Amino acid sequence: MNQLRRSFLKNAGAVGTVAVAIVAGLLKPVAAFAAAWNSLAFAAKDPSEAIKNAGYDGAAQSNDIVIKAPDIAENGAVVPVSATSNIPGTTSMAFFVEKNPTPMIASFEFSNGAEPFISTRVKMAKTSVVRVTVKAGGKNYTNSREVKVTIGGCGG
Amino acid sequence: MSMNRREFMQMLAVAAASGFALNSRSALSAGSSGSFYDLPSFGNVSLLHITDCHAQLLPIYFREPNVNIGLGQSLNKAPHLVGEKLLKSFGIRPGTREAHAFTYLDFENAARTYGKVGGFAHLSTLIKKIRASRPGSLLLDGGDTWQGSATALWTKGQDMVDACKLLGVDVMTGHWEFTLGAERVKQIVDNDFKGKVNFLAQNIKTNEFGDQVFDPFVIKHINGIPVAIIGQAFPYTPIANPRYMVHDWSFGIQEDNMQLVVNEVRAKGAQVVVLLSHNGMDVDLKMAGRVSGIDAILGGHTHDGVPAPIIVRNAGGQTLVTNAGSNSKFLGVLDMDVKDGKVSGFKYKLLPVFANLIEPDAEMATLIKNMRAPYEAKLAEKLAITEGMLYRRGSFNGTFDQLILDALMEVKGADAAFSPGFRWGTSLLPGEAITMEHVMDQTAITYPQTTLTEMTGETIKEIMEDVCDNLFNPDPYKQQGGDMVRVGGISYTCNLRQGFGKRINNMMLNGKALDPNKKYKVAGWAPVGRDATGEPVWDVVAGYLRDKKMLTPRKPNMPRLIGVEGNAGIALAGR
Repeated sequence: MNQLRRSFLKNAGAVGTVAVAIVAGLLKPVAAFAAAWNSLAFAAKDPSEAIKNAGYDGAAQSNDIVIKAPDIAENGAVVPVSATSNIPGTTSMAFFVEKNPTPMIASFEFSNGAEPFISTRVKMAKTSVVRVTVKAGGKNYTNSREVKVTIGGCGG
Repeated sequence: MSMNRREFMQMLAVAAASGFALNSRSALSAGSSGSFYDLPSFGNVSLLHITDCHAQLLPIYFREPNVNIGLGQSLNKAPHLVGEKLLKSFGIRPGTREAHAFTYLDFENAARTYGKVGGFAHLSTLIKKIRASRPGSLLLDGGDTWQGSATALWTKGQDMVDACKLLGVDVMTGHWEFTLGAERVKQIVDNDFKGKVNFLAQNIKTNEFGDQVFDPFVIKHINGIPVAIIGQAFPYTPIANPRYMVHDWSFGIQEDNMQLVVNEVRAKGAQVVVLLSHNGMDVDLKMAGRVSGIDAILGGHTHDGVPAPIIVRNAGGQTLVTNAGSNSKFLGVLDMDVKDGKVSGFKYKLLPVFANLIEPDAEMATLIKNMRAPYEAKLAEKLAITEGMLYRRGSFNGTFDQLILDALMEVKGADAAFSPGFRWGTSLLPGEAITMEHVMDQTAITYPQTTLTEMTGETIKEIMEDVCDNLFNPDPYKQQGGDMVRVGGISYTCNLRQGFGKRINNMMLNGKALDPNKKYKVAGWAPVGRDATGEPVWDVVAGYLRDKKMLTPRKPNMPRLIGVEGNAGIALAGR
């Protein structure tokens, strides 16, 4: 049962990939997206500005946000990142790659008690902190993890 | 004149090491040899471990490094100890056979005295002897087995697959194996190995669905005791080697999953849990502190010949971490006494394989001879005589790498050259003939193309900083376990007190500071991208050597190091 729910959510995560492609400027956002599109946050060039514009200002550090990401990216073009929020009452989650030209990657809303678990892929040009922020019970929380991007070769 | 004497000495050494000549018999009757391999059995579960043989089927010379720098948590601790510091730390008497096996000290003389090391026919005899007193024992192979020689390349690993089956390998994991391509690996695992050898990797999954590609573990019953072996392939295969060769697979350290697998095998009743790892020793040491429930990690990848296990405490008790060197030079023997469902005691020995102390196994010798027969003439071609010692290992450079760099720069007309910081490759003594086989021992890979690229000074620095961080990132999980890219034509300083992007400074080419904006011609080889078409590096090096006939001693281009005072991983005077 739990397994089934997880795989359903994983598939939901794959949909997230499309959203990421849009954010990365690979696709033009279609009209359907326009309603929820926070252009101020997505266009911000500075990570703290993006976080602020996305409404996650003053987020408190929390290890209850569990981020899974590779220590070193196998392919900077598609870095698998997933996050689970174990904070009760989580209603939204956003992803930021701090060293990207536009740091905000994606944002997700959870309604009707949906499990706050997102699995997505992000594009990274260089080694950076990947930051995840959540809203829960009207408060903001955040956690982060560094992912290294390297040119490769020369090993072993 | 002196050359003739050297060549004569070399002939003697070769004869002794081959196991035919008078020398070998005199060595065997010398007395000490009989006891050298007497290893009384202990306990009720024994595991034999080989790793990173890099397809060396015949005895070779292998010089351990005099530079193997560790920083931060690794500072002045095994495996980052060289020479006398290593001997002192492990209580090995200088000037002995064992001191020669574990260090570079007085390498030339010691190598001529004690002869070559390794060789599968010799290893086979030793394994049979050790297993005879250890019923139910298993032989584990940590990988980097199907790559590293001409014959492994030309037979697509088949020579090693056949030799390992005859050797009696029970369980294996991998790294360079994957550079034969995912399909070839699957073909071997699903056919040659089927029902005979368990190829394990908990950390390889498909990119699409995250499905397990190989079994993560196997539980074997040894003298009635359930023993779980978990496999860990090299986590950074798609980064350190061409990704296109394994494009459907994802690797990584997968620490969380490792803990889940350990829990799973414990739940299934395993009384002993052993990780057969290709993480590299620094990664293994970190993992041992964070994952609980593993009794021992039998490690490889970083080619560290570590005489005794490092004991790491963790939440579940303790984990032994070992590393068993390279090039068939060592056989690790871990004996455990399992009582009341858990390991109550252990003994570990890393046995150096001295070819002239061991009678080669006839069946293995025949297999090797037959397999080599079609290639023998090509392998034996003498390209040049080397006046100096040639070796590769070292954090920054080796003399054989310098030879490759010199050849690349001269043949390609380049200002500078890069050569990958691989840790495999055998060693040659002064006066030896460099054969085609020796060149292949340093270069036999499935992506051998040479390149000539115009790069700005800025790009050159970026590449060097990037690779340098793969060695010296303070977090072992962010290291890749290779050595620094070898650099020809450019002198530089390397400041090990600094972090990413700030270590490489004072770069000079032909006495002039490297201009960040100017373009330079840089030669290289082993591109991880798909489209390179340059002449294979072995042809470049072989052509260069044929021209030279006599190769003068190479002086490796070494950076001036800052921040290594008191570092026990460096002994430059002993070169």
